[in-house]
Amino acid sequence: MSGPENSLRSRLGRARGLGSAHEGVHHWWAQRMSALALIPLSLWLVASLVCNAGADYAVVSAWLSGPFTLGALGLTILITVYHAVLGLQVVVEDYIHGQPTKLILLILLPMGGVALVVAAIVSLLVIAFAG
Amino acid sequence: MAESLSNGVKPHPRPLSPHLQVYKPQLTSITSILHRFSGIALSAGVLYLLCWLLAVAGGAETFDRLQDFNGSLIGRLLLLGWSVAFFYHLLNGIRHLAWDAGFGFELPAAYRSGYAVLIGTAVLTIAAWVIGYFQMGAF
Repeated sequence: MSGPENSLRSRLGRARGLGSAHEGVHHWWAQRMSALALIPLSLWLVASLVCNAGADYAVVSAWLSGPFTLGALGLTILITVYHAVLGLQVVVEDYIHGQPTKLILLILLPMGGVALVVAAIVSLLVIAFAG
Repeated sequence: MAESLSNGVKPHPRPLSPHLQVYKPQLTSITSILHRFSGIALSAGVLYLLCWLLAVAGGAETFDRLQDFNGSLIGRLLLLGWSVAFFYHLLNGIRHLAWDAGFGFELPAAYRSGYAVLIGTAVLTIAAWVIGYFQMGAF
């Protein structure tokens, strides 16, 4: 790295540290931190689903109604969808070149993600309290 | 490049980025592409997980109908695909996190971890399905 005297970037720009994307390392960091959280959470979810293989409605709804499952599954789905939206956003930015399509997809992705999380949490609450 | 620009000679057009059709397949590039594909597949998998939750919330009848689909050939193939994608994305994701922390960048190490991810994916997928069938009383 060259010193600030030789850099084309202004000293203010260097101090802000936001780079050419104007948002710094936020996206990169959020992707990694959600990935880290998902290592135990996703392993728990897949192990639980495997252990429920072939289980009937009574067993599955009883499992889903437990307070631990309710909290852990809600958290897992929330972080999974966040991680997926961040990842799909990069895929869209890299491979969709038409400006209107790209913009529409980048707007719809987080909206769809929020809708998915809300639908999942409402389902979980219905299973736990109205089942 | 500065020379060719200054004397007015147009530089020979060269490919600017590694386009897949001219890029020699290597373990490192294939594992990278598979990480994206598995991530996209798992995003669809989350949608299917939501369908499953909605089916449970809908009651015993809708749950049984979805479980019947899960047991069909197409259902089993989808679940197999998602389990391969899950274990691959999990293991290769850990590989990426190690790289981000500054470990395993040397070429031999990157190849070793690449093979480890592929073998680990196969082992974990087979283990998950053996346990799943065991749960269903298949053995």
